[in-house]
Amino acid sequence: MLELVWLIPALPLAGFVVLLLVGRRLGEPFAGWLATLMVAGSFGVAVAVWAGLLAESERFFGQVLFEWVPAGSFSVDVGFLVDPLSMTMVLFITGIGALIHLYAIGYMHGDENFSKFFVYLNLFVFSMLLLVLGDNLLLTFLGWEGVGVCSYFLISFWFTEEANASAGKKAFVTNRIGDWGFMVATFLAFQSVGSIRYADLLTAAPGLPAVTATAISLLLFVGAVGKSAQIPLYVWLPDAMAGPTPVSALIHAATMVTAGVYLMTRTNPLLAEAYDWAPTLIAWVGAVTALLAATIAVAQNDIKKVLAYSTVSQLGYLFLAVGSGAYVAAIFHMITHAFFKALLFLGAGSVIHGVHDEQDMRRMGGLARFMPVTAATFVVGWLAIAGVPPFSGFWSKDEILAYAFDKSPVLWAVGLVTALLTAFYMSRQVFMTFFGRLRYADPTYEEINAGWDAKLVAAQARAADARDAAGTARGDIDAAEERFAAAQAKAVDAERAATAAMQEASSVGDEQLAAARAAVTAAGDDRAARREADRALKALEKLGKDAEKAQAAALKAQDEADRAGAAITTAERLAADAGLMAESEQAAAAKVESEAQQHRPRTAIFDLRQAPDVARVTEHLPEAVAQRREYHPHESPWLMTAPLVVLALGAVGAGLLNLPFSDSVKTLEHWLEPAVFGNERVLGLSGGLQVGLAALAVAGAALGVFAAYAVYLKGKGSRRAIELPILARAWGIDEAYAAVAGGPGRALFAGAAWFDRTVIDGIVNGVAWVVRMLSSRLRVVQTGFVRTYALTVAVGALALLGFLLSRATF
Amino acid sequence: MTVLDTAQLAQASAPGFPLLTTLIVLPAVGAVVIGFVNARRADTLRLVALLFTTATAALSIWLLAAFDKTGAGFQFVERRTWVEGFGIGWRLGVDGISLFLVVLTGILFPIAILGSEPHHEPKPYYAWLLVLMSGCMGVFLALDLFVFFVFFEVVLVPMYFLIGGWGHGQRVYAAVKFFIFTMVGSALMLVGIVSLVVLTARARGGEISFDLTTLADSQSLATNTARLIFLSFAVAFGIKVPLFPVHTWLPDAHTEAPTAGSVILAGVMLKLGTYGFLRFGLYLFPEAAVWAAPAFLTIGVIGIIYGAVVATMQRDLKRLVAYSSVAHLGFIILGTFALNRQGLSGGILQMVNHGLSTGALFLLVGMIYERRHTREIAELNGLQKAAPMLAAAFTLVMLSSIGLPGLNGFVGEFLILLGAFVAHRWYAVVAATGVILAALYLLWAYQRVFHGAPRNEANATMADLRAGEALALAPLIGLIVFLGVYPKPFLERIEPAVVALVAHVERHAEDFTEPVAVAPPQRSTEDLVRFAEASHEEHEAEAGGEGEGEHAEGGR
Repeated sequence: MLELVWLIPALPLAGFVVLLLVGRRLGEPFAGWLATLMVAGSFGVAVAVWAGLLAESERFFGQVLFEWVPAGSFSVDVGFLVDPLSMTMVLFITGIGALIHLYAIGYMHGDENFSKFFVYLNLFVFSMLLLVLGDNLLLTFLGWEGVGVCSYFLISFWFTEEANASAGKKAFVTNRIGDWGFMVATFLAFQSVGSIRYADLLTAAPGLPAVTATAISLLLFVGAVGKSAQIPLYVWLPDAMAGPTPVSALIHAATMVTAGVYLMTRTNPLLAEAYDWAPTLIAWVGAVTALLAATIAVAQNDIKKVLAYSTVSQLGYLFLAVGSGAYVAAIFHMITHAFFKALLFLGAGSVIHGVHDEQDMRRMGGLARFMPVTAATFVVGWLAIAGVPPFSGFWSKDEILAYAFDKSPVLWAVGLVTALLTAFYMSRQVFMTFFGRLRYADPTYEEINAGWDAKLVAAQARAADARDAAGTARGDIDAAEERFAAAQAKAVDAERAATAAMQEASSVGDEQLAAARAAVTAAGDDRAARREADRALKALEKLGKDAEKAQAAALKAQDEADRAGAAITTAERLAADAGLMAESEQAAAAKVESEAQQHRPRTAIFDLRQAPDVARVTEHLPEAVAQRREYHPHESPWLMTAPLVVLALGAVGAGLLNLPFSDSVKTLEHWLEPAVFGNERVLGLSGGLQVGLAALAVAGAALGVFAAYAVYLKGKGSRRAIELPILARAWGIDEAYAAVAGGPGRALFAGAAWFDRTVIDGIVNGVAWVVRMLSSRLRVVQTGFVRTYALTVAVGALALLGFLLSRATF
Repeated sequence: MTVLDTAQLAQASAPGFPLLTTLIVLPAVGAVVIGFVNARRADTLRLVALLFTTATAALSIWLLAAFDKTGAGFQFVERRTWVEGFGIGWRLGVDGISLFLVVLTGILFPIAILGSEPHHEPKPYYAWLLVLMSGCMGVFLALDLFVFFVFFEVVLVPMYFLIGGWGHGQRVYAAVKFFIFTMVGSALMLVGIVSLVVLTARARGGEISFDLTTLADSQSLATNTARLIFLSFAVAFGIKVPLFPVHTWLPDAHTEAPTAGSVILAGVMLKLGTYGFLRFGLYLFPEAAVWAAPAFLTIGVIGIIYGAVVATMQRDLKRLVAYSSVAHLGFIILGTFALNRQGLSGGILQMVNHGLSTGALFLLVGMIYERRHTREIAELNGLQKAAPMLAAAFTLVMLSSIGLPGLNGFVGEFLILLGAFVAHRWYAVVAATGVILAALYLLWAYQRVFHGAPRNEANATMADLRAGEALALAPLIGLIVFLGVYPKPFLERIEPAVVALVAHVERHAEDFTEPVAVAPPQRSTEDLVRFAEASHEEHEAEAGGEGEGEHAEGGR
């Protein structure tokens, strides 16, 4: 059976290769099923190998596939070390991995890169298996970086969003800082032991000087701090939630992030030889990380962010255990955590899936009605992580706290406070998500503010319109007055013209007319004379007619002027009306403004028990609110709920692995014994004290649950006093990092680039310039064109070759 | 056994078939053939160039197959007296140090031709490329200082014309800069070579000889003289590598060169410097190399950090890749001057690795440029959406360049750092931070170019890899993966030559012994079982004896 171990990583590798080649053609859902089957098969083989190991009296088995990197005395193989520790890891990686693969078939349904997702997922499982099965530091490092790059691919899986891409890059680069420590540890191990195979390294540990053992251990710990998200390198993990939820469950909760704890446990003989302060340092880093992350988790509203900080916190517990010499407790809690945290993440994914990609818990509440399976299993996970007996988390956390107390009561106190906070923030999450009022359709703080903004903008726009209209009306008065003045002037002119025409006409006199008529009569038959006379008569008559016309025009002009005068009055009346209108709209806008000032939500933290009063801005709320009202939360398909149920069973029962009651039920402790090499701390606590500590832990958990119940379901106390802005901003640590990287860091890099461009290259060009100046007198031969030089070299080389050929003796 | 048989066969047939001479001459013949093809038949010209380069590549692979992997000395040696009066000979040979560089040269040329095309005047373009291939082969195969120098100079000319004639933007400035920098170094080296040959002849009272092995074995110069001459070589090689602070020709030349030129420059020609340090620096001047090692380790580390930092701030994608070369070459120098097996083997392997991954990166950047007519990072965005295959290829090559375990770059970098750590701990500790920086600048560039949503039409509709391009990239990607998973066939061929070189340095440099780690304990899994049992018993005894177990910590 043991010989089959190579198959364990080979199956996911085969899945990766097949999916890489034909995954797109297989498509949905077959690509997902293939990947799942490969991991499930790997789990099957792992069970067989595990059975094989149980049947052996010796608990170590090595298998070498081929020599990987040989160079001088340095040589590492691609080889596996099967022992209780590696098999424990392999079993839960493949077991939980297979469940998460199954879940992902449902979760990734409809994604355009469905098959690609499983390509990465299988590659991840393969890398993770190499990490834990490798029989030397370098193969572990291969897996270590392999899972890191898969994490990078999967965090930025939806790469078109800048934020996802940034989160992926941040995860990889931050991890690389830790990997530097891992690499240097490897170098030092090789130099001082001569080999980096675990068989050599661990057995040689007792002979190492303490300083060397300390250096190697702490350098490995630097790597662990990166991969397992401890202070100061934890900042990548909360951002890593940008990846699809199955990724968060598998990589960023259950498996990859525990790799650091695996590494420290694997190399425990080295830590055992280190100075005493080295494990103490590790314990403190773990304890402080656990506490810090728990305080941040309290104020998060994103359902996945809470779980992310919770994971950082729980990983802190694991390092507290490692530093306290409680390796078995660390692995124990790692297993129970893998169950309940994978369960919680997948549950969160199911919720997100059921409420249309919503992740804000303020818009959840009361979902237990709609998704009973998700809710029930999530409750199990909650009780497990909160440390409520008899759920698994209680047993494993309690064991860590006992060892921590044995090492230092202060460490224990930090752990206890963290446990209380854990119970609190997880209860808060459960109550906000599944219980209380259904707030799915509630507008949020941001949306209500957006509503007020929209309403204000509308009112102000109306006021501005009215102001414009009033202005236009006032302008109309001026225009009317101008028109009146013009018409008046025209009327005066017409009057003057009419008077002149009248005068002229009247100057003609009747005698002259009569004379003209007589002249016509007198002209008789003399046609010429008659024509002459006719013309004179007509001219006289026309004067009269013209005068009449002018008089009519003058009348008309006067009429128009009168009308223009009347128009002024009308315009004045309209302007007055518009002015009134503008004033009233202005007043209305001011009213909206004061109303907004009065009714805008003062804080983002609402009372969860009643819907925010938005009657005043209902029609201005963003469309998303109305859309949410149309959408109904629903339970996820069986592909997703089935893994939840299996994981829930694990979260309940995993405590059975290592019950503290008597030596005979400490199964895990006995099983891991060989791999711990007698370095497990001997617990010096009396039975009574242990029970007392456990009782305190349970009391802490109960207090946390009760406090959350009072605040989040009963509305007692002030949420604002708990969800402090500084906690919501994660103590401002991310911002500080960003400020340093973007400020002095960037300036330093830019300075180097400037130096290269200006100083270094400047010297080069300066020298070239000086040479050109000095050689200007040699222009005749040196034309300054390098082209010529190049050709000269070519010709010269040819000439030389010719010369040599002529002298050649062969 | 079959490999050995072939090797013996090849050895035996060496006089009958001058394989190494053929490797040098065949591309030159190709250049002559190009001369007879109609200048307007671009396809025919390309085909002829491909034919000759591929044939040369095939020969280089045959050389690899026939190479005796246990042999530490030069194989396929050809020695013909040439100019007797000056002791110049047509002396060629190959060993584990040059073997893979010859193969790399063989395969990179056809790939560069397949992966890119000139925009005008294909005839001189292909002719110059073929001449360049001849020159590069000659540099790696020469065992005569005079022949080496001629080839070292000859490669300048075609590259100068390739950059100046078919480059982009400020191509003339870049070509001139490249040429002048290298010429300055070469001039010094020429003085060094002549001094070495003359002084050695005088000291030995014998005839003048340019023969490399003769010169290396005689070691008859005064210490200071040897150090001085070593420095003249070192300046030439240092410029060629290039080392900080004489690196500024590189970003200009790489950026303005046509794609094929960049591929060859980075893939093959930068190795002329690092190879020179091994073949002519350490071999001819072992004492001086040991003496100067701390300086070169320092320069190497500066190059690693400085190249990476400056690369991070580049706005031009090709320039960024060019600066990454400065960092990678810093690693090779670090390994070389660690002067132990891990460092030297890692350095030689890393020359190949850098050729593969940076060659591939330049090809990919060239492909993006062909499509988008820009290399400005700010102009490119969201390319992964439209060109997933291109993005996948870029990702893999980028990860190789970052040094991801399982891909080729890691093996070389790791061995270099390991060797450097054993030799001079703190250099390696600082240099290892370069691994962080590499991830920073490449992933940041990748994010800006490939991730996000495409912000303009040209980026949203960019064409994905074509079949010909995929064909050019395939061998590189295949080798990147193979070398990462199974570097043994490479390392075991490199090792004998490295061992011989280290022994040579030890023999001729007083007070120098190879810096090595503790001898490996060679424990087995059974030892682990016994260790577990023993430590458990001890633990039980302690727990039982102490009762309270107060001192259990550490479990000693």
